[in-house]
Order: sequence, then C-alpha cells, then structure tokens
Amino acid sequence: MDRIKIEFDAVSRNESFARVCVAAFATRLDPTLDEINDIKTAVSEAVTNAVIHGYNEQGGIIELTAAIEEDELTIVISDKGRGIDDIEKAMEPMFTTGSDKERSGMGFTFMEVFMDELSVESQPGQGTTVTMKKRIGKTEE
Amino acid sequence: MGRVCTAKRNVIIVRLCGDLDHHVTEQIRNEIDETVANEKINNIAFDFKNVNFMDSSGIGLIMGRYKKIKPMGGEIFVCNLNCQMQRIFGLFGLNGITKRNSKIDMIVNEEER
Repeated sequence: MDRIKIEFDAVSRNESFARVCVAAFATRLDPTLDEINDIKTAVSEAVTNAVIHGYNEQGGIIELTAAIEEDELTIVISDKGRGIDDIEKAMEPMFTTGSDKERSGMGFTFMEVFMDELSVESQPGQGTTVTMKKRIGKTEE
Repeated sequence: MGRVCTAKRNVIIVRLCGDLDHHVTEQIRNEIDETVANEKINNIAFDFKNVNFMDSSGIGLIMGRYKKIKPMGGEIFVCNLNCQMQRIFGLFGLNGITKRNSKIDMIVNEEER
C-alpha cells in the first residue's frame, strides 16, 4: 500500500492545494483525465465543506490522507470543527445551511457522483470525517 | 483573478479563468452583482474558455445569478464550454437555466481580438 498524509490550515486557498496534491498522488494509478477531474472535484468539495461548515471560516486544521491499494484510491478528509447535526439531511441535494452565502447545496452530491463510495462520520462539536473511494481504470474493463 | 466583468451591448460578459472554486467565487459574485447594478443590464454571459476546473461553488455562482436576474427579465448565457464543463452542466442540471446563443458567442469571442 502507498500512502500520503498532509495537514493544512482550513483556509479557502488551500482547497486548490489539496486537490492538486491528491491528483498528483493519484497519477501513479495512471488515471484518465476524466478520473483525475472526478478526484479533484470530490476533494475540493470535502475540503470546502470543512473550511465553510466545519470551521465556519474561522480557520482550523484539516487532515487529509490518501492511500492506493491495487487499483483503488481511498481519500480521508477530517476536521475537528463543529460537526454535522443531521448527516442524512446534510447529504440531501440542494440542502444548505449557508442561507446568506449562496451555496449550491450540491457538495455531497458531487462527491457521490464522482466517487464510487462515500461515507461521512460526524459528532456535533467533535468534527467530521469524510471517506471516499474510487477504483481507477474500471471503465476500460 | 483580476476584474472579470465587461459590459457590451446588452450583456455583461464574465471572463472566468483558471479554477472556479469557493476561493474565487465570492469575489466574482460581488463583481457581477455590482456590475449588474451599475450598468443596469440583466443579461450575463459566462465565458468558460479559460476555465480548467469547476466544483459546486461554480454551480452556486451561476444558480445564484440566475435567481437574481430572472425576475428582472434577464438571461444567463454560457460560451466556450470544454468537455469537462459540459459534463458538469449536464450532470447538475445547469442546461435548464442557461442558454447558448450564437450571437452571444460572437459578441463574447470578438471582444478578445
């Protein structure tokens, strides 16, 4: 197994850093351009959620690990922010808590569409961990 | 991203570039809303020619502008979408609220010369 782990400040300019970092790591699976875009988008959504919702744009630390096992990429993104009260509701398309700041409410939907597996664990007041998996090269089978 | 909006004829052209994520959308949104108010033009054309990446923040930006200008009789146009952008537009239902128009394409693309 191949693995990377990074920690970075929960600020919006690190959203691009995080997705580029995971994309660079994923290149060893020889993904297609579409697969790379899927991964970048999913990472961007999870990190953006941590910045906006986890830490309420007040900053904090985001931990990201990515691992490759055979043809599968696993990405885990965690924050120690305020957590999610109702995960099921948060994952509904178009649901958003940020009423003043036009969010599309599609973050989790993006992660679900672009990755093969998505799971979200959260404790109010403790933080949120998003785990996503994607098999690379399966479209060519 | 520097200033992205230019008003031309009856449309505000928004030249997006690079990655359209949460980090850049807030600034773009403010600039568009200011330009709409100042120029009194309700039609917006988003030029995606130089966009490499868009996540749900970009969708929020477009949906938000749509909700704002639609009641004023405006339209949202999009130009120069690459394959990746077309895919996202299709997957997330943006084709229903945005228009493509060859005349607008011409206005957007001639501006650059």
